[in-house]
Amino acid sequence: MSAVRYHLLHDTLYRYTYPVSESRQMIRLTPRLLEHQRSLSHRLQIEPAPSRSENWIDSFGNPVRTIDLEASHEHLLIRAESWIELNPRPPLDVAQSPAWERVRDTLAYRAGRALAPELLAASAFCFESPNVRLKREFAAYALEVFTPGLPFLAGVQALMARIHREFTFDPKATDVATPVTRVFEQRRGVCQDLSHVMISCLRSIGLAARYVSGYLLTVPPPGKPRLIGADATHAWVSVFCPGLGWVDFDPTNNTTPALEHITVGWGRDFADVSPVRGVILGAGSHTLKISVTVVPESEFSLVYENGRAQPAA
Amino acid sequence: MPTLLDTYAPPADRYDELLDAHGKPRAHWRPLVARLDGLGVDGLDARAQLVADSILSDGISYNVHAEGQEARHPWELDPLPLVIAPEEWHYLSEAVAQRAGVLNATLADLYGPQHLLAEGLLPPALAFGQPGYKWPCVGIRPPGGIFLNTYAVDLARGPDGKWWVIADHTRSPAGAGYSLQNRIILAKTFPDAFRQLQVHPLSGFFRTLLDGFARLAPSEGEPPLVVLLTPGPGDDSYFEHAFLARYLGYPLVEGRDLTVRDNTVYLKTLRGLRRVHGILRRLDDDLCDPLELRADSAVGVPGLLAAVRAGRVLVSNALGSGVLETGALFGFLPGIAERLTGEALSMPSVASWWCGEAAALDHVIAHLDDLVIKPAFSDMSLPAVFGHTLEGAEREDMIARLRAQPHAYVAQEWIRMAQAPTWGPAGLQARTVGLRLFACATPEGYAVMPGALGRVAASPHQEILSMPRGGVSKDVWVRAAGPVRRVSLLKRRLGVIDLVCGGSDVPSRVGDNLFWMGRYTERSEATARLLRATLSRLSTGEDDDESSLPDLLAACHHMDILAAAPDPAASADEREKEVLAAVCDPTQPGSLASMSRQLSYSAGQVRERMSSDNWHALNRMARLFDRPLLSVGQALAAVDRAMLDSISLAGFALDDMTRDEGWRFLILGRRIERLHRLAALIEVVLRFGDAARERSLEWLLEATNAIVTYRARYRRVPEVLPVIHLLVFDDSNPHAVIFQINELDTELDSVARDLGHPRTDALHAMREALHRFDLTRFEADDNRLACRALAEQLERIADDTSALSETLHKRYFTHTAPDARTH
Repeated sequence: MSAVRYHLLHDTLYRYTYPVSESRQMIRLTPRLLEHQRSLSHRLQIEPAPSRSENWIDSFGNPVRTIDLEASHEHLLIRAESWIELNPRPPLDVAQSPAWERVRDTLAYRAGRALAPELLAASAFCFESPNVRLKREFAAYALEVFTPGLPFLAGVQALMARIHREFTFDPKATDVATPVTRVFEQRRGVCQDLSHVMISCLRSIGLAARYVSGYLLTVPPPGKPRLIGADATHAWVSVFCPGLGWVDFDPTNNTTPALEHITVGWGRDFADVSPVRGVILGAGSHTLKISVTVVPESEFSLVYENGRAQPAA
Repeated sequence: MPTLLDTYAPPADRYDELLDAHGKPRAHWRPLVARLDGLGVDGLDARAQLVADSILSDGISYNVHAEGQEARHPWELDPLPLVIAPEEWHYLSEAVAQRAGVLNATLADLYGPQHLLAEGLLPPALAFGQPGYKWPCVGIRPPGGIFLNTYAVDLARGPDGKWWVIADHTRSPAGAGYSLQNRIILAKTFPDAFRQLQVHPLSGFFRTLLDGFARLAPSEGEPPLVVLLTPGPGDDSYFEHAFLARYLGYPLVEGRDLTVRDNTVYLKTLRGLRRVHGILRRLDDDLCDPLELRADSAVGVPGLLAAVRAGRVLVSNALGSGVLETGALFGFLPGIAERLTGEALSMPSVASWWCGEAAALDHVIAHLDDLVIKPAFSDMSLPAVFGHTLEGAEREDMIARLRAQPHAYVAQEWIRMAQAPTWGPAGLQARTVGLRLFACATPEGYAVMPGALGRVAASPHQEILSMPRGGVSKDVWVRAAGPVRRVSLLKRRLGVIDLVCGGSDVPSRVGDNLFWMGRYTERSEATARLLRATLSRLSTGEDDDESSLPDLLAACHHMDILAAAPDPAASADEREKEVLAAVCDPTQPGSLASMSRQLSYSAGQVRERMSSDNWHALNRMARLFDRPLLSVGQALAAVDRAMLDSISLAGFALDDMTRDEGWRFLILGRRIERLHRLAALIEVVLRFGDAARERSLEWLLEATNAIVTYRARYRRVPEVLPVIHLLVFDDSNPHAVIFQINELDTELDSVARDLGHPRTDALHAMREALHRFDLTRFEADDNRLACRALAEQLERIADDTSALSETLHKRYFTHTAPDARTH
């Protein structure tokens, strides 16, 4: 396998019923740089032009842009456009990882024992967070898969497979406010929910797991062309394996991400990496339209015949 | 003769603050005991009454949550102080200052290098697993490296007389204001004893606090503006926020009074934006910034964290400091103190077991009777549970909960806390007592307030000390080793320089609410007049071809008073129902009832500016629509009442309210509303067909309150030209469009002048256009063209008035107009 390149176009459009006089938004739409992921070009376009904008890096290392709008406006468009190159990741042999109990014990607290920096960093992802709970039912669900002595990554893979098998992908079943316990009871949800369930299971048995937000290349229905705006943001799970580092698993698709998952950022759960989060001053309500398009380099000129997007540099 | 002390018989299994092991008063209490004996039962009762009266007259209150009811409760202060000997105070203050230093260093480590976690001195679960650990605050170093600007700690004394820490308050410690208030009351209740015992004054501590903020706030040479940020009047200890703000001389603000521009915090005032350099917050960490912390917080300041990160503002205590408010930390604190400061803690924390460690969980379950179970996380609202009170199923349930989520619980040794005498109807009674001490950061370490909030159990056999659960407080008298000097930040008497005239720097929020109060008062009155005209025609059953009722209903709909356009096919009953809904259905926008609700809301936000009569009129009006009105007669009575109340509110505004900068906005609101509604209503009538227009002149004069003037002047049935002249062009008629334009113009002029903003000339154009209008056009036999031309002009006036309202809003309230300025 060799490197692949993608063009990403992610539009977020708010329309307000009454003019908004003041707005402050935090944007996390800039893909991170990783060993297997390079950014060839990236730009964020905002309309109307903000009165002020600032780039910074959050506590999890994600690039953030904060913008202020102080002139009255009736819509806000945030367009992120990137060219990303993905390289093959090192081959993964799940059987070669240490027994899962050893991983758990390495992460567990013992008075006076020093924690290596990577373990300290990983321990940020061991506990409850706004959308992740530590509970007996999650632990029980995980332990049915994590049999004694099972290699850690084999266990994670089996858990992913179980969730994929037993949960139904159903965009109508949940919204952003549905608690993970509810998703677990009803066994339905979207990629974000399945990721939160899997993370809750892993953390409930003492393992470190984080939430990854990004995009997935989709395949158009047979015989149909690739359409602009037909894609969506995606989410999956990453687990910490001492010695190996972080390894990704996608419970929605029962796969280990390779050349079709583009990472934007990560955090303890969705709340840490929500792509656009803001506060506006103004009466009335708003409508939100999000449109995501992921196009492999080879199909770029076909999809963007009209030249709406920027070709690769 | 028996002394008071003979009646005091405390249980012997606890430490008694007053009596020693032989039942004799301890030395440092003796002068007070002698004084109390001198007063006798009657004297003490009289003092107790004095204390209760002071609390009532000062309005000192606290919200008590009992049996699901929320109620503002008078503060409870026991008339007997708790006395502390100088040498004991020396130990207490040193120990508390030391602990504050250790906790400050712990915060600096947790949000900085994290040595404690890396070296295994603190479980990561107690940092990263705590909801109080704020990830967006990682890496922020607050001004001067001080995270804990203020600190409070709860202490308990065991049977052997030893002190233990039972809780730390690191987020926004409450209670210092109440203890100051307690002191002010008791010092005047027992003035002689207070002097004789040489009690340490508290004011020096608050002076130190003020100096600390002034020194640390990043003010770049400007005189620092520090504000006290409160969640608002709904908060449990709002009284304390208001009291402290007044005592410290800080403006008391709510989140929406502040705005962040360019990573700098500003206070929105009617004069413009003023930079804020320091914020003493009484909000939980989570609520402070809806952008980066809890998104649903309506009381925070969006962008505050960015301003903190940029080093542009001091927030006390640093955001994220709530992470230390957990008993789970206690077991690790000795090691932490050793590592970070090289010292041993001089006062121990109560023995604690964090159940997240397997061995600790086993111990806790085995020794439940001797333990108190508490939540390990500061955001869990679980009351402390005494293990020995649990039996049967309750006990099983608790054990199951501990096993299910061990990391969420901490168990503490049950200390049989000390007791002290209290005075009540039953005379001298021993009750469980604990202390809350306060400290603040200084360049030389922590200063401890020489006094405390004494926390007394609500009844003789109760263990729990909690103000939200109805406990009682005590003043704590720390005796000085030598004579003391007294200064107070509250001046004994005001001098000429302190005299306050109509305040400047009125917060924009106040102006905003007054503006809307003015608009809603006017709108209620105008709506009531139109509904009265409608109802009186409904009630007479006048319903023939000559009736103007359909026109009135159409006008009501145009003015958004009636929900739907009148249906000519509707039965009389249906029509009546719709009109009644327009009077009394609060869920229908534009109804009189919903108007009066909105009026109450705006007025409630500025309640402190209204006289009690004024407030009473408002309340009466709000209650008019508590019950549905069933008949036209009832509705007419309610509408009349509402109209009178609106008129008396207008009177109060003129005669009763202080004419400061805020007041001007009340008047502006009234003028703008009247101009807008008048123009819109006349326009509606002018656009009617000929017959309907002629029929409508009569009610139009009624609805604009000009019928009497018209009759006096013309003594004949209304005709278009004289009515239009009276209602639009007559600059001596207060109900004429031109009159309102002129008044509004004068008012805007002085507001712009006083508040130093450029004025708008929107009104000038309106007036010019009216002046140019040729009234003789109405003399033509067919006046339809004239009517249409004037209707168009009035429509423009109504639109321009709305735009003017919007401009004022941006310029003075939200400060988002292009000329928003800072000073």
